[in-house]
Amino acid sequence: MVATIIETNTTPFPRVDVNPITLDIVENALRNARNEMDAVLFRTAMSPGIREQHDAFPMIANHEGKMVVGQFGSFLYGFINGYDGTIEDGDIFITNDPYSCNGAVSHLNDWLLMMPIFHDGKLVSWAAMFGHMTDVGGKVPGSLPTDAKMIYEEGIIIPPTKIYRKGELADEILNIMLHNTRMPEWNKSDFFAIIAALRLAERRVRENIDRFGAETYISAMWDMLDRNKAAMGAIIQMIIPEAVDGKKAYFEDWIDDDGMGNGPYKIACHLHREGEIAYFDFTGSDPQSFSSINFLLNEEMFKMFFGAFTINLFDPQILFNDGFYDLIEVNIPEGCILKPKKPAALSCRTHMLGRIFDLMGGLLGQGAPDALNAAGFSDSPHFMYSGFDSNGEWYQLFQIGFGGVPGRPVGDGPDGHSMWPAFTNVPNEFLEAYFPLRIREYATIPDSGGAGLHRGGNGIVIAYEMTETGEISIHDDRWLTYPWGVNGGEPGMRSTKRLVRKDGTEQNIPSKCDRIEVHPGDILYFNTWGGGGWGDPFQRDPELVLLDVRRGLVTVAGAKRYGVVIKSEAVDIKATNKLRTDMEKKRGEVPLFNRGFPSIEELKSRAKAETGFDAPVAPVFRGSYARAAE
Amino acid sequence: MSVTDDLIKKYEDRLAAFEDRLRRMETGQSTSAAPRRAGRVGTGLRLGVDVGGTFTDLLLLDERNGRTFTAKVPSTPSDSSIGVLKGIERICRLASINPTDITEVMHGTTVATNTVLTRSGALVGLVTSKGYKDTLQIARSYVPGGLGGWVIWNKTAPLAPLEYTIEADERMDAKGAVLVQLDEKTLRRDLKKLLSSGIEALTIALFNSYTNDAHELRIAQIAQEIAPHIPVSTSASIMPEMYEYERTETTVVNSYVRPVVSKYVDSLQSELKRRMGSDVMLQILRSDGGLSSAQAAMDQPVNLLMSGPAGGVSGALWIAKQAKFKNLLTFDMGGTSTDVALIENSIARTRRETRVADVTVRAPSIDVRTVGAGGGSISYVPELTKALRVGPQSAGADPGPAAYDMGGEEPTVTDANVVLGYLPSDAKLGGDMAISRDAAVRAVSKIAESLSISVEDAAEGIVRIVNENMVGALRLVSVEQGYDPRDFALIGFGGAGPLHANALARLVNSWPTIIPPGPGVLCAYGDATTRLRNEASQTYVTRVTATSDTEIGRMLEDLHDEAAKDLTAEGVSRDEQEVLYQVDIRYHGQGMKLTIDLDPDEFRRDGIAGIARRFDAEHEQLFTFALDAAHEIVGLRAVVQGAEKSFLNTETRRGGVDGSSARVQPTRIYADGDWREGYIYDRAKLQPGNKITGPAVVTEMDSTSVILPDHVGVVDDVGNILIWPVGHENAT
Repeated sequence: MVATIIETNTTPFPRVDVNPITLDIVENALRNARNEMDAVLFRTAMSPGIREQHDAFPMIANHEGKMVVGQFGSFLYGFINGYDGTIEDGDIFITNDPYSCNGAVSHLNDWLLMMPIFHDGKLVSWAAMFGHMTDVGGKVPGSLPTDAKMIYEEGIIIPPTKIYRKGELADEILNIMLHNTRMPEWNKSDFFAIIAALRLAERRVRENIDRFGAETYISAMWDMLDRNKAAMGAIIQMIIPEAVDGKKAYFEDWIDDDGMGNGPYKIACHLHREGEIAYFDFTGSDPQSFSSINFLLNEEMFKMFFGAFTINLFDPQILFNDGFYDLIEVNIPEGCILKPKKPAALSCRTHMLGRIFDLMGGLLGQGAPDALNAAGFSDSPHFMYSGFDSNGEWYQLFQIGFGGVPGRPVGDGPDGHSMWPAFTNVPNEFLEAYFPLRIREYATIPDSGGAGLHRGGNGIVIAYEMTETGEISIHDDRWLTYPWGVNGGEPGMRSTKRLVRKDGTEQNIPSKCDRIEVHPGDILYFNTWGGGGWGDPFQRDPELVLLDVRRGLVTVAGAKRYGVVIKSEAVDIKATNKLRTDMEKKRGEVPLFNRGFPSIEELKSRAKAETGFDAPVAPVFRGSYARAAE
Repeated sequence: MSVTDDLIKKYEDRLAAFEDRLRRMETGQSTSAAPRRAGRVGTGLRLGVDVGGTFTDLLLLDERNGRTFTAKVPSTPSDSSIGVLKGIERICRLASINPTDITEVMHGTTVATNTVLTRSGALVGLVTSKGYKDTLQIARSYVPGGLGGWVIWNKTAPLAPLEYTIEADERMDAKGAVLVQLDEKTLRRDLKKLLSSGIEALTIALFNSYTNDAHELRIAQIAQEIAPHIPVSTSASIMPEMYEYERTETTVVNSYVRPVVSKYVDSLQSELKRRMGSDVMLQILRSDGGLSSAQAAMDQPVNLLMSGPAGGVSGALWIAKQAKFKNLLTFDMGGTSTDVALIENSIARTRRETRVADVTVRAPSIDVRTVGAGGGSISYVPELTKALRVGPQSAGADPGPAAYDMGGEEPTVTDANVVLGYLPSDAKLGGDMAISRDAAVRAVSKIAESLSISVEDAAEGIVRIVNENMVGALRLVSVEQGYDPRDFALIGFGGAGPLHANALARLVNSWPTIIPPGPGVLCAYGDATTRLRNEASQTYVTRVTATSDTEIGRMLEDLHDEAAKDLTAEGVSRDEQEVLYQVDIRYHGQGMKLTIDLDPDEFRRDGIAGIARRFDAEHEQLFTFALDAAHEIVGLRAVVQGAEKSFLNTETRRGGVDGSSARVQPTRIYADGDWREGYIYDRAKLQPGNKITGPAVVTEMDSTSVILPDHVGVVDDVGNILIWPVGHENAT
């Protein structure tokens, strides 16, 4: 069923010539509009996830629903194609159901709002934005239950719904939604903050039409889409080799487990080019999980990931858009972990979403070795803490962790930074002022970044001391597999979590867990992982290694990974030269990728000894989904 | 060890100055403003000095009759005080006065900014709380750029290097209670090592110190015992607000620029005293548009990062007041960057942070948005996308735009202006810089060829793109803050501002466009006309329901007293001071806060409830919605200013409507896709009342203004050119 667009004027827009200067001016105006949308949202939202960490993404699309400015590609195709109703002036739509919009949002926490913009009775643009709500109900605080087996356990599901009809808020519907969450105040404020951002986009679009006329505005957007297509066409030719003799680039990576004892889950992809079209084929990826780690990957969104990732190298100022989608074919088999079938649970898709970027880097890097980065902090691990404080007030925290950016051709990876755009950490003084917490330590973990000519960034340790009785939940990964190094660089250090009880007893906490009871004085050490190293560590200037040691980023023992011997705060040159020669001999040939293990079986065999946890069990396909394994 | 020697000397000088001040206070020479003010009525000469990258501008203002003198001398970047002193000699000659007649020198300086931009500040040591040594290394974890931006981004090292960072074993909680006592023994050992490691300044930034800074102060005391010559900055005294990274960074920047700024201010002050007598008062313009004493500037130089642009905004404010405009967008376009700001009801909007390149500090500044584009910005067409881009690369002063014929070949905004005839290339028009139209055309042709359009259209395109970037910045200060640009006039100054101002006003519909007299020395105007200002603030997070009018009122009064102290010490008595309260407030749970301004009477009348009501209204205006959520106070502030003075220029002469006697020669300019015939005017010959019909180009010593076709420029009583669209309802 395709939505019916109600226009009082149905003459189609003619395509007119737009001079190149006007085109660039429209582009700048839309870029400004998008920045303003962000600014309004961050200033008015209440949940720390949106206001401090910026887990929200705006978009402006043309009247056909094609994104002309934004981050993740259009959210609209799936919605327009699946919505059984009318689209009218004054409507604003909301949904959080990944299965109703073909994965434009990928879990229920993301509330997606979409607003058609009309001018003189005709649809001229769309503004849309989604933001991560701290809580949308369901079985656990934060609505991200690891052990959910169906999406119904993850919170209230809102199919595409008119939350504004002819400009009027459907407040009874909003009330139902808010009534089903643990943090109605936050959600309400975040909701209206998104609406304010959309209204701002609407004003900007109208101003553009006043300035240039609707036909020029519409045609300028078409030109912008074409311009991207031409640029991306050239990039695809440059970095993706044509499949000679059917030989395709291949890469695979994993997420470690599903929190229910199964894993690692493999995502596999073949890449090749035929003429001007690039083909990404995910056949060979593991089956969907029984738990909530599935990631419903929208094909268009994947195209956007690819495009945004590569265009940065050529024209970082460009306003990136959907225009090049025809140049890419994406095949994701149904029933695999990237295209699970309803009603599979989805809430903890964050790991797979992040890992897609490692996978893409590994794939593209084979065709363009200069652009090959190591694997980094490809995740947004969650820490959740909630309960009733001693005054009986409910508190609930959802926080994203940060880790090591990998070593890259341009330099060392930053320590404890975000690889998602716009994300920032929550200041610890803020946490202590508003939550029953003390942050005892917030520091980088020495040696956690992989050694390399360019060092991988270090992960960080956050030591949370709880000051009230409550529950914590965690979603993290890379406790078993490593963030890989490239071109001779070594893998980064894995993630770990340790809970030290007030009485001094310690326990290792698994990477994914729900509802662990905590009491005042308990301290959780949440250690994130480091980035992989880039290039030969024996080529790194020993003085730089010494500097890292003086800065506490690398230890004296860790310096030996670079073949550098440090004695009384100075480089021992003679010993360094000897160590480097010996290590080089022993190392032998340098592989392109260094994963830190020869096979999954070998890795599993040392899981218990190294991590304290049993190795997970290989996932198996169920009945009708078995096809996807072929 | 010459740096250390310098520091010791500076410290001794400062001590001597302090003793001198004490002595004078004891002998009753300057304890209150009245006697000194009275003493100065006889001369009443204020000197504004603005040091820019190329020129040092001076403006001498006679308070008695509003008469002004201006001078421009080359800047001396290696030691700016040389240029300043040369300028003073020149302006005293011009005005036929003796330097000792000058009683006040107001100075806007970019020395702090440049120290950050060129990374030439002090080696800073840092003391953090245990567990927090990496605060600057991790920062806010933010990576600029969009998706995949991390691929090309390299983080710059912290200004306080990690190898010079130590941790103190101590801890405050979020309410200010001591959780862990300071381990002085260990600290003393570590501090000794750090202080002897070659650091030139020390920052102490402890966790939660905004709630209780006892440990910071104690560590500062120990540091001064061990190494009295190393200046110490403590975070709660520089920024008593929540957010450990921002507070640490702000304080480190303070330490980083402190030795350089101190040396500069100190040597300037002693030179001025030598020439003008020991009672001359040097005051430095702060980022927030207020003035601070030389001593406060040396202690808290982080407040000077926007001193330069603030001078421009203050100048615009003053000029506009003379012309009776209260609501203004200011547009200060230079060679490499452009600053815009908003003035509402004769008050420049300020914000709580200052940004210089990739350094952001929480110090109040006029809400100036800087666009990395100016006359020297280079335009290009990326091969892949065939889009026309302008900046961020700049031709700078060397080699400069192609038209300057000093080796530059890339097409800049200035070259586009030359091609269009906005910047006349005719040499006899004066100015120090010869302009080659041929070279400009050659450069811009590159763009024309890539886009297959004419060289004129390419030039106009470059100018329009750069204007569009400026509009983006103007939007951020106006629309994003809930203001409609149509309610504002636009004032253009700086080297290139008057060239673009008319076109910009047309884009945002802000009329009139004001071109002040001497647009190149406006900053010096601002310096000379600014008032002394100080503020005291405190973070106090509480729900409105959990406090009372009495409690908040008492805290505001305490802050008022604290802020007033410094002004009193500077010679402005309490009855000459104006106070403004500011309350930061938000909905409980929100991250942003809005600042509500009110005076003590308003607070007494309406109390906190009145503040909450105004917050709701402003929230609604800004964001289209208000909530029924609980209100939360976040911070309190008292801003104290010296009373305002008016300087009336008593010399006005009026001419007729006809300005043709100021015509120099016919010219033609390219606008809206066509060549148009007009005239070049000499600004010095224009008289109040003259009307100039566009297209026209008006030249003066340091600046060129463009009046577009279908626009008319009117010279007002104080010498501003007011540009209106022909037939505009408000045009006079």
